[in-house]
Amino acid sequence: MAAGPSPPTEAASARADIVRVQGISKVYEGGIQALDGIDLAFPEGKLTSLLGPSGCGKTTLLKIIAGLLEASAGDVFVHGSKVSTPGPERAFVFQDFALIPWSTVLRNVAFGLELRGVGKNERNDVARKYIAEVGLSGFEDRYPHELSGGMRQRVGLARALAVNADVLLMDEPFSAVDEQTRRKFQEDLIALLDNEKKTVIFVTHSIEEAVYVSNQVVLLSRRPGRVARVIRTDIRSVGTPDEIRRDKRYLDTVEEIWQMLRQYLT
Amino acid sequence: MAESQSPEGSGSPPPSLPPATGQDVPGGTDPGATRGFWGNWFWRLVSMAVVFGAWEIGGRIPISIAFPTFSDTLFALGSMIADGSMGKAYLSTLQPLVIGVVISALLGVGLGVCMGLWRGVEWFGAPVFIVMQAAPMAALIPLVTFVYGIGLTAKVLAVCLLALPVIVLNSYKAVRNSNPSLIQMCRSFQGSRLQEIVKVIVPDASPVIFAGLRLGIAAGFIGVVLAELLITPTGIGDLITYHRAVAEYAEMYATIFSIIVFSAVTVGFLETVEVRFFRPERKGR
Repeated sequence: MAAGPSPPTEAASARADIVRVQGISKVYEGGIQALDGIDLAFPEGKLTSLLGPSGCGKTTLLKIIAGLLEASAGDVFVHGSKVSTPGPERAFVFQDFALIPWSTVLRNVAFGLELRGVGKNERNDVARKYIAEVGLSGFEDRYPHELSGGMRQRVGLARALAVNADVLLMDEPFSAVDEQTRRKFQEDLIALLDNEKKTVIFVTHSIEEAVYVSNQVVLLSRRPGRVARVIRTDIRSVGTPDEIRRDKRYLDTVEEIWQMLRQYLT
Repeated sequence: MAESQSPEGSGSPPPSLPPATGQDVPGGTDPGATRGFWGNWFWRLVSMAVVFGAWEIGGRIPISIAFPTFSDTLFALGSMIADGSMGKAYLSTLQPLVIGVVISALLGVGLGVCMGLWRGVEWFGAPVFIVMQAAPMAALIPLVTFVYGIGLTAKVLAVCLLALPVIVLNSYKAVRNSNPSLIQMCRSFQGSRLQEIVKVIVPDASPVIFAGLRLGIAAGFIGVVLAELLITPTGIGDLITYHRAVAEYAEMYATIFSIIVFSAVTVGFLETVEVRFFRPERKGR
């Protein structure tokens, strides 16, 4: 530091952090303050979880990053430029899946490309590729109501992957999915992300899930949400999923986060 | 009567995502679908048999000299179709009905969707149609005659007066209640406002819009019959008035019966069109 902060270092860190939020606050109509002065950086190619007590504004922050909600104060930067609306470099995976009930799986997955005016054959080819990647081959012509919750969220994930955005924003993607399906889905997600080289911002209320899937965990305080702590986890280098779940460092991190979170529970 | 079998009873639920079942069994060939189909038809036939049976018995007691049996009515219907009087009457009734219903459907859905989308149009339109729906519009028909005379215009207007409010209000509420999650999804993929309306909001609202159209068309039938009874006796209204005047009750009931069946079949046909073109996922459900 004493040697002087060199501009190259700063530039390098700016390049490494694909998404940055500065001083984000959100006050809802009626005066409820959801977020208060959030400063965060999301490193490229990494999975960051937003974790915190319920009602702390995790989803609000994610939707502000997505451009779906307007911040009361502060800025969001993606690739170094300020954004306030949805953009092609970000894709959202919804908690309630948000699949179009009157469209087949194929059309749902291709929907983002359809909106961009990509030709039918081309977008269907891309959609088929991602349907296969999320393990839903053979279900292209089914309707969402014919699928289980886990399969529906796979469709939501494939739709987000199909637009080839650099950043995936996932809003409690597994909360509407049963426990066993969730574990399998988490493992598949990690494998998929290793292939796709995406940056992921992941909202969850499950400590185990956050530690298991993330490179770093951002802990938010109770409302109004502030950044309580950022924890680097990188637990995935340990080995297979089963080894991770028995790993001491994994269990210690879960326990550490729990101890911090429990102070927010009345 | 026959309209108890009309599909309005099975009116579409408000648009929403189907509930997550959490089961890992994705459909396949659903045995419930075929059983439901035959079950439906069985109970429809039973329901018709009960109503017509009661009618036949009521006519045989007889409840009133002016109440013919079901079999007499059917016979009268057959002979009226055979001698061409029924066909001629429908030809003249259908003219104001079709014109009025088409105008109401296009104008009503358009206006209702706009009211759902834009606050300004809502403030302008909603109070008018809410009053129109609450008011007994049949009472205005003499007024319509007063202004527009006894020609086609007055009859078309009578159809529109009855059909329009329910179509407008249903379309308006359907659009207003469209799924916010889907709209947000469309925005997150940078869908334009036009894409949002065409690809998400209107299809999402279509079940309720169609429910409104079915009710509106049924109201249009009421409008045309009222017009023919109150303005000038032509077509179906003429047949009813005439046969009542000469005390040919079987013929009068046959006419009424035919218009009810015609109305129910039209409304049912609309549901088929809806499922085929707008909600393919509901096919066979």
